[in-house]
Order: sequence, then C-alpha cells, then structure tokens
Amino acid sequence: MGMLIAIILSAVLTNNFITYQTLGVCPFLGVSKKTSSAVGMGLAVTVVMTLATLITYPIYTYVMVPLHFDFLEIIFFIFIIASLVQILELIVKKVSPSLYKAMGVYLPLITTNCAVLGVTKIVIGDMSDFVGVASLNMGWAILYALFAGIGFTLVMIIMSGIREKLNYYKTPKALAGFPIAMVTASFICMAFYVFSLIV
Amino acid sequence: MNKYKKITLDGLIFQNPTLMLVLGTCPTLAMIKSATSAFGMGVTVLVILTLSNIIISALRKVIPNSVRIPCYIVIIATLVTFARLFLDKFIPDLYEMMEGFLALIVVNCIILGRAEAFASKRNVLESATDGVANGLGFTFALTLMGIICEFFGKGSLFGVHIMDFQIAILSQSAGAFLIYGLSIAVFTYVIDAIERARRVKANKLARENLLKEAA
Repeated sequence: MGMLIAIILSAVLTNNFITYQTLGVCPFLGVSKKTSSAVGMGLAVTVVMTLATLITYPIYTYVMVPLHFDFLEIIFFIFIIASLVQILELIVKKVSPSLYKAMGVYLPLITTNCAVLGVTKIVIGDMSDFVGVASLNMGWAILYALFAGIGFTLVMIIMSGIREKLNYYKTPKALAGFPIAMVTASFICMAFYVFSLIV
Repeated sequence: MNKYKKITLDGLIFQNPTLMLVLGTCPTLAMIKSATSAFGMGVTVLVILTLSNIIISALRKVIPNSVRIPCYIVIIATLVTFARLFLDKFIPDLYEMMEGFLALIVVNCIILGRAEAFASKRNVLESATDGVANGLGFTFALTLMGIICEFFGKGSLFGVHIMDFQIAILSQSAGAFLIYGLSIAVFTYVIDAIERARRVKANKLARENLLKEAA
C-alpha cells in the first residue's frame, strides 16, 4: 500500500514528467491550445506509455540483460514503440472509428514523444530518487508508467485551460505564441515544485 | 558559394532550431540548468546531426520513400548508441550529467526534422554544412541559456563558483522554462528589428532609384 501511494504521488505530482523532468514538452506546447485536444493527446500518451512499458520491461529484463546486449536498449525500445504506435493506430481505426477520430491524429506524433521513450528507460533504471527503492518489479513499473501518463494529462489540461483564457488578452508581438506558453509553463512548474517541498 | 552561406546563416540565425523553430525542447529544458551539460549536449547533438545528415544524404537514393522514417530512426539510434558508449568510456563525468537525455537524442525533433526536410533532398556536402550550421546554432543557444540559468541559479559558471547570490528557482525546471521563453522573445524581437531595418533601407534605396530614373 505504501508503495502504491509513493508511486502515485511521485509519478503524478512531485516527479511529474513535464514539470519536473521536462519530458514530452513538444506535445505539451504544441497540442495544448484547446482543452479537447489536450485531453485527447494526454489519454493517447497514457495508453501508449503503459503499453510500451508492458512490452519493453519484460523484453529488457528477461531477454536483453541475460543475453548481455542491454547496451542496445535505445534501438530496441524505439523500434518497439514505433511499431506499437503503428499497430495501435490500425486497431483503433478498425475497432472504433469514433475513437480514431478523437485520438487518431495524435498517435503518429507519439512515436517521437520523449515521454514514452523516457518512461521505458526510467523504469528499468535506478528508481531510488523517485519512489525510494532501487528497482521496480514489472507490476509496479507498469503502474508507474500509467500514473506518469495521468500526471502528463493533468498538466496538459491545466495548461490548455490557461491558454484558452490567454486568447482573450493581447500579448506583445515578441511574446506571442511559444514564449508566453513557456512563461505560463514556468508558473505551473513553480506550483508543482511546491509539492516536492511538502512530500 | 552563396548557397552555402545561406545554409549556414539559416541554421545559425534565421531558422535557428532552438530559438526560431522551437524544436527539441525537452533536452534543451533539461540541460540548460547548468552551462556544462548544456554545452556537452550541444556538441553531442552537433556531431550526431552532422553524421546523420551525411549518412542519410548519401543513402537518399537507396532508402525507399514509404519506410524512410523507420530507416532514419535506426540510423540516428545507432549513432546515439555510439555516442553513449564513447562518452561513457572517455568523458564519464559528462555522461553522468546527461545520462537520461543522451538516449532521448533519438527522438530529438531537430535531427529527424533536418533529415526529413533537408538531408533527404540535397547532396552530401550541402547536408553536412546544414548539419554543422544547425548543430552550432543549437549549441550556441543552449550554452547561452545554460550560462544565464547557472549564473543566476547557482552563482557559478561551468561549475566554478563565482558569487553567493542565487535565485534557486532558476536552477529548477521552472527557471528553465522561464529563461527559454524569454530568450525566444528577445531573439525574435531582435531578428524582427533587424529585418524591419533592412526592409526600410531597401525601400529607401528603391525610392531613390525611382526618383533618379524619373529625373
């Protein structure tokens, strides 16, 4: 139970992927102009992160480490993620066209999202800074990926809400677009930074 | 010759990948917390980008169009693995500093972007120039922001302690976002001002020429 709480708090609040580790910032800045698209992107990322960890973690632990080619992890992981996204796109298109309409456009973008490659790499490494134990077993690793995705979605929704309001105000020409989004993100980071002081 | 000058200027200033196109934001934000890691990341990307541009440009007629993206990713991932092994062996301190983000160079949009937009269409020499120019633009932007963040956030420069005054939030990711956003704003403002001045000058010249012709 304590482990579960540690993972939830760490993945969602204190070590949030966007605000603490600055992973997955490209979609965070690119797709956060509207809340509906932010939610779609966040959910798509959560699903892919969980599934990617579900596949890469056992392959790394049970195949790559015993055979001593764990130094090739990046090539394998990126290949697995790219094919996973492609397969997922086909399945979603076939099974639920309406879901494909809502989520499908974000799927190809996810291959080059650092958050997905990042989570598969983080859970196989040293986790003592994040949840207090050196290595996670498979169940906890997948749970960590799931909650990291939820944390990602949470920040996406907060950001898109602020940006929708920002549209009503006139910003100086040089600040319009990315700069003002980054300054906003900076304030969200400060707010999340406070969580790490409390926990 | 003029062509190469244009490629270089585009990569360095007018299409600077970090400050104008805002690509590859994740490693930028994570690395500019200290000047050393920012510079190290810049140089690593410079080398990988140049090599990947050269290889992809050399293979551009061999790679089938429909599977080009997986091919590019495999080439880049191989180069990144080489870079990781090299840094781990020869510069372990730097490797430790940017461990997590070294692997993430694979999904850095700058490298894939240059491969897709430039190297897959141009010859090897042009692609190499483009890689060096973009890499230098990236290194320059990262190092500059790294210096600002480290100087105000930790009171040091490249790890050398300078002053006791620090704004601790600037060495967190919040500060990285803030400095990055403000740097983009300042950069675009300056480039805009320069372009405007140039346009005014060109208009003036054109008007004088017209007046001369009329007379």
